[in-house]
Amino acid sequence: MKKLRKVYIGLIMAFLYAPIVLLILYSFNDSKSRANWGGFTLRWYKELFSDAQIISALGTTLSIGFLAAVISTILGTFGAIALYQMKRGPRQVMLSVVNLPMLNSEVVTGVSLMLLFAIAQIQMGYVTLLLAHISFCVPYVVLSVMPKLRQLEPNLAEAAQDLGATPRQGFFKVILPDIMPGVFSGFLMALTMSIDDFVVSFFTTGSGVSNLSITIYTMAKRGISPKINALSSLIFAAVFILLVGLNLRDLKKTGGSKNIEKVKIPY
Amino acid sequence: MKRKGLMVLPFALWAIIFILVPLGLIAWYGITVEEPVAYTEITLEDGTPAFRLEDGTVQTQEPWQKKAVISFQNFKRMVEPTYLRLLIRSLKIALLTTLICLILGYPVALILTGKDFKHPTLWLMLIILPMWMNFLLRTYSWMSILENSGILNSWITALRNAVPAIDQWFTARGVGNKIIFLYNENAVILGMVYNYLSFMIMPIYTVIEKIDKSLLEAAADLGASPSKSFIRVTLPYSLPGVLEGITMVFVPAVTTFVISQLMGGGKVPLIGDIIQNQFGKSSDWHFGSSLSLLVMVVVLAFMGGLQQIDKDEEPQKEVRIF
Amino acid sequence: MENIILSIRNVKVVFEDGFTALGGVSLDIGQNEFVTLLGPSGCGKTTLLRCIGGFEKPTSGEILYKGQDIIPLPPYKRNINTVFQRYALFPHLNVAQNVSFGPDLRHEDKKETAKRVGEMLELVGLKGFEKRRISSLSGGQQQRVAIARALINSPDLLLLDEPLGALDLKLRREMQLELKRIQRESGITFIFVTHDQEEALTMSDRVAVMRAGEILQLGTPVDIYNEPESAFVADFIGASNILPSTMVRDKLVHFLGVDFPCVDTGFGENAPVDVVLRPEDVKLKPENDPAEGVPFGTVESLLFKGVHYEMKVRSGNDVLLVHSTHARPVGARVKLTVAPEDIQVMRKSDFSPDVRARKGEGGVQ
Repeated sequence: MKKLRKVYIGLIMAFLYAPIVLLILYSFNDSKSRANWGGFTLRWYKELFSDAQIISALGTTLSIGFLAAVISTILGTFGAIALYQMKRGPRQVMLSVVNLPMLNSEVVTGVSLMLLFAIAQIQMGYVTLLLAHISFCVPYVVLSVMPKLRQLEPNLAEAAQDLGATPRQGFFKVILPDIMPGVFSGFLMALTMSIDDFVVSFFTTGSGVSNLSITIYTMAKRGISPKINALSSLIFAAVFILLVGLNLRDLKKTGGSKNIEKVKIPY
Repeated sequence: MKRKGLMVLPFALWAIIFILVPLGLIAWYGITVEEPVAYTEITLEDGTPAFRLEDGTVQTQEPWQKKAVISFQNFKRMVEPTYLRLLIRSLKIALLTTLICLILGYPVALILTGKDFKHPTLWLMLIILPMWMNFLLRTYSWMSILENSGILNSWITALRNAVPAIDQWFTARGVGNKIIFLYNENAVILGMVYNYLSFMIMPIYTVIEKIDKSLLEAAADLGASPSKSFIRVTLPYSLPGVLEGITMVFVPAVTTFVISQLMGGGKVPLIGDIIQNQFGKSSDWHFGSSLSLLVMVVVLAFMGGLQQIDKDEEPQKEVRIF
Repeated sequence: MENIILSIRNVKVVFEDGFTALGGVSLDIGQNEFVTLLGPSGCGKTTLLRCIGGFEKPTSGEILYKGQDIIPLPPYKRNINTVFQRYALFPHLNVAQNVSFGPDLRHEDKKETAKRVGEMLELVGLKGFEKRRISSLSGGQQQRVAIARALINSPDLLLLDEPLGALDLKLRREMQLELKRIQRESGITFIFVTHDQEEALTMSDRVAVMRAGEILQLGTPVDIYNEPESAFVADFIGASNILPSTMVRDKLVHFLGVDFPCVDTGFGENAPVDVVLRPEDVKLKPENDPAEGVPFGTVESLLFKGVHYEMKVRSGNDVLLVHSTHARPVGARVKLTVAPEDIQVMRKSDFSPDVRARKGEGGVQ
């Protein structure tokens, strides 16, 4: 029985990793077709880095990701604080509005924002892409800051003022440091969501502005290219190092068990 | 008080502009269609022919203006056989995907929460690791394996060339040089299962992990066999996780257009594809919005239904005390 | 009173939902005094404290601090510090950083501050705890850090909101003495909020008993204990025998079916009143004892309590609690004597046991 269970997990792991492993393997294949192994090469990686289109898409993805994450973190943090201070009734209403984009499918979010920009006659491009990314990231920041606010010691702000801090000083010296873990994880989530997004970007960009997801989509539709293999391998390696590093540190800290909530999936 | 207002205002404004207004636009576009404006042909004083529009304006060019009219024509269009078939197929594929994910994923969560593995968190992390890669690349990886001149086909060809017996076996069954794996419903389902499996495993694992182990011990103590205590304890308690997993798989599965386009090669269009089409090539935003509305309703109804199940289950747990 | 530091004048607080938390409270507090606001939860004691600290704005009234009305001042402009109920220590700062929060805000000299932090921690008995994290401290230690954090600002007035509520009994007792010592040594005026009468009586110079947004009685612990002015105060302070009575005339009160001589005057003739009898002030004698005494009833229960015996004596519906070093066996018929000065006569209020019984609230426990 025990062996059977281990075999089952092994099979699932194989199912999940086989495509990725093959992808990485063939990114070193010195032959344009996958029909045969033409020897080891770094040719595709070189081509990848000399492909202006991909490099510029990477730049767009990173800059949009960073800007969207920073802005939505600020907006979402203050939004969460505002929500937290509201009365129960209005807060419930606001919370359900904020949760709407998370209930909606990405297609609907993307289409609805496209309609908004079209009606407002904003030229589709970098700005609309950024606005769209901010708007789908904010709910996730709110979601990760809210629990930290709820855990907040109720008299903390008053204690700071009692000791002579103005409300502003109290916020920056006491409240913000205390909810920082939530703010930071909101930032990370926003960053991942933005970098990973394809559907909303697809509907809200234009004028030749395209991020990595859109570029991959166009290339993949045209057919398989070993360059994408190389790109996938690099991204997978980066994600693997980042995530294993982060989680190993956590595992060490907490002794291995629990902390499942900290292992996050982009959705 | 003033301070609170200052903080709420920008946030409320953001919520209205970027959440409520866009959804309102979808609703408006969804229930309207464009019609040419009505006009009458008149002759101006200098004798040139002109056109007087409904609102009284007069112009010499043939009227091109359109106006939005509330109409449910688009909803009628959805039940036309062409679209109805697509809608049903979308639902079927999404439900199948969800079912397969549940069947494959539940045992994974169950095994990982058991005693077989020393570091269950580590294994869980490895299972969700692929999810951190861009889902286009994940889908693409299967394309490169399954396409006609892909890895799998090249391996089969190599095998057939090397071992004549296998080649004969294939030929006898009428299989040509290339086996077509991609561009059908099965390929689309495979792509979805691969992409969404972790969404099923995660919530179920989290819930089962939280079940108080003393409950299982108590069940065993009272003489329940492992299978009985699974049915009586683990299964009912893991239900909320199962429901969340179902939602997390079903919602993206029913609306995706990427997987169907890449794995289905455009031969297996789903609702998502039509919506994308309406906002792209066909450029009928009204019909696209109606379809988006439909998707919203389907998703909300689906989630509402699931919540109902969860609610119904709640009192049962309490009754079980006796 | 000389040297009044804080004068609360007719302070009223009505919340947004219309609930009156304070219905016009007046109180003068002197320099170096330890004043306790005592009352059940919801009586307005914390609201009053929050008004003084600046966290709540009174609907009307004045709060004069050294003669100046401080109601318009925000908390950070008042030289008053608070020790909060759950301490409200800053979790991201260590002990020393918590204590030096106030001085650091005022950009005081770092070296000087570090020295004072050391002194303060020594005062509260946490010498050497500077670098410890807040989460690593026990409840009692956190409590001390909160006090040090407030005291380092040399406030003239320290407000303490049920600071001992979260501690276990033994620690509570220790901290009561400790707080009293700190107050004496620092010479700071303490306003202390609690719902624990024993705590209030042990620590305070004066106690204000509050109920439903009013101060019912203000006095020294001895006054409050010996001469409660109403059934509520008597009950809250822990009196066990509160008896509906009639003031026959000056210096004669009728209860338990008998006229007792007492020392109180000025209630009028045949006025309904309440009487408090301390269990230790009631002397029991066997019924057949030749000495003087009012024949009363039968001993219903007998408990050995260490220093004394606790007996319940019943006569009809009346039950009297008696503490004595002499045990009377259960079932024995007894008569009782009470010295006139041990009878505390109080005006009738809506908290009187008979009034409450009529309203269906049940008797006093």
